[in-house]
Parts: sequence; structure tokens; C-alpha cells
Amino acid sequence: MENDILTLGGITFTNRLFTGTGKFAANSQIPGMLAASGSQMITVALRRIDNDARAENILKYIPDNVTLLPNTSGARTAEQAVRVARIAREAGCGPFIKIEVITDMKYLMPDNWETLKATEILAREGFVVLPYVLPDLVLARQLEQAGAAAVMPLGAPIGTNRGLETASLIQLLIENCTVPVVVDAGIGRPSQAAAAMEMGADAVLVNTAIATARDPQAMGRAFDLAVKAGRAAYLADMAEESTLARASSPLTGFLDD
Amino acid sequence: MIGWDWETAFLWVCDMELIINGEQQNIPVGTITELVEYKRLEAQSLVVELNRAIIKQEQWASVQLKPGDRLELLSFVGGG
Repeated sequence: MENDILTLGGITFTNRLFTGTGKFAANSQIPGMLAASGSQMITVALRRIDNDARAENILKYIPDNVTLLPNTSGARTAEQAVRVARIAREAGCGPFIKIEVITDMKYLMPDNWETLKATEILAREGFVVLPYVLPDLVLARQLEQAGAAAVMPLGAPIGTNRGLETASLIQLLIENCTVPVVVDAGIGRPSQAAAAMEMGADAVLVNTAIATARDPQAMGRAFDLAVKAGRAAYLADMAEESTLARASSPLTGFLDD
Repeated sequence: MIGWDWETAFLWVCDMELIINGEQQNIPVGTITELVEYKRLEAQSLVVELNRAIIKQEQWASVQLKPGDRLELLSFVGGG
């Protein structure tokens, strides 16, 4: 496990839990959550300033050794996503970008087609592109061709905490993609994160389930343990399932035989 | 000059029409630095886009705004 690293955009990650900065009751909870979870990559969003409510600078809560993953949330087209990505990089957030293009506001389903277009443009410009998508193998291959650094399929709609509803489709990505697969969105419990890692996901991205827990710091630790357990199980090659029972103890040599 | 000059005086009497975050506003400022001060914004977390080009903080004082300029004043917020 010590040598088990994940490389994205030339940066090595020893922790496979990516986190987000949304929905915390107080942003001051973020540093403690990062320390407890060991997360080395965290998402942020870019918005117009609100003149009335003075928004805090979220970046001041993120230590330098944690990689920033700005997202393009709010973008409805590839063009808008590209614009947000360029602004984020110019503003000093580094080359990583999570492409999130959403036009369906009821289920927050990602627009796979616009996401692919934005991926092509941004990968050409040298971004480390992590597209958030519905798990579709054909699209995932196109994203790889377009230069995506990873694919990030959703487990369930954003913020629903319903877990791996798309498990069988994610499995196809895991078995066929050459880039890392990061399960993003919908993971509500540590056991679901562990299940994703057992399946062979390279990482998971968890925001809501940690940020809105009563104790985000403790929940961050719980997710870290779960991701590590799931990863260790995957690397150990899990034993097969069987319909009928198979005794674990010898069935011969009882006392009265 | 003691305390003022003609340029500053001109700016004080002439509001400039700018489009800030999609909204038309009349503001008596000349540079981005002056705009940031006028609006009492926290400079540290502010990202400024002028007519679709990012203006780095070091350039704020030297970039003169023109009537009709489109500005986006942005900052990083929590998001997943």
C-alpha cells in the first residue's frame, strides 16, 4: 500500500479521497476536515461576488500541500466551462479543472456532449482535465482521446447520498479505461466509498456527505478509512462469491466419527 | 500638485458607465484599484475580468477603465 500512488497531471497522490468545499456550516471546518481525512485534492467553485453578503475567501482555508480542483459549476455550455477554467488558472489555482456542465437543474445531470467539447479544448491548452460525467463507456473513450486526465462518473445525482446506483456502468469504465476513474457525486456513506474502491475505482470525490455530517472532521476520517479499506481489498484480489455454502472448517474428523 | 489634480477632479464629477457582473452601474472611478476601493471589496480574494481578459492584481492600478467596459468581479467559493 505504501507504493500505491495515483498520478494525475504529473502530481502523485498517496490519498485517494478527493473532497469538496461546498455546504460546510462554517468554512473554518475545512482545515480540520482536510487534516483528519488526509485528502490531498479539494474542489472549489468560482462565482460573481455578492455585494451584500461578503463572501469569505475559501482559498485561505486550504493548505498549500492540497491540490486545488476548481470546478466549472454554473456553466451550461462548453464555452462557459472553458471560460471558467481559464479564469481559475489565471487566478492562480493551477492547471487542474473539474469540468461540470449542467443544464438539467432538476437532477443536475451532466451534459456529456458539452463536457466532451470542453475537454477537447482545455486538454489542448494544457489543463489537467477531470470531466464529471454520466458513466458511459463510449463517451469515456472519447474523453480519453480528447486528452482527459481522468473520468469522473457519478454514482448518483449530486447531493443525494444514494451511493453507487450506476455501479454496473461504472464497472465498465473501470475495466476499460486507460485513465483513472474517480467516482464523483452521490456517495453518501463510507461503506459506499469502500464499495467503489473495492470495484477498482482509482479514487472517490466526496463533498456533501462529509460537509453536512454533524461532525465533518470525524466523517472525513471515516471516509479516509473506508477508501483505504476498499483500496486494500481491491489490491488483495477479493475471494469469489458462491451460491452454496462452503465450510470454513473441515467437515471430517468430528469427535464421534 | 497639492492633494488633487485635474484628472482626479474630472473623475469625481463624471461618473463612468460600467457593466459590472452584468449590471449597468455609474461609478466615479478611473482604475481597477479605485473601483475595488470604491466598492470596498476584499482585494485578496478578488478575481477581475475586464472585457473577457483576466487582469492580475499587479496591474489593477495601471489599467484605466473606459465607459462601457464590461467587468466581472469574481471570487472562489465553496463547491463540490
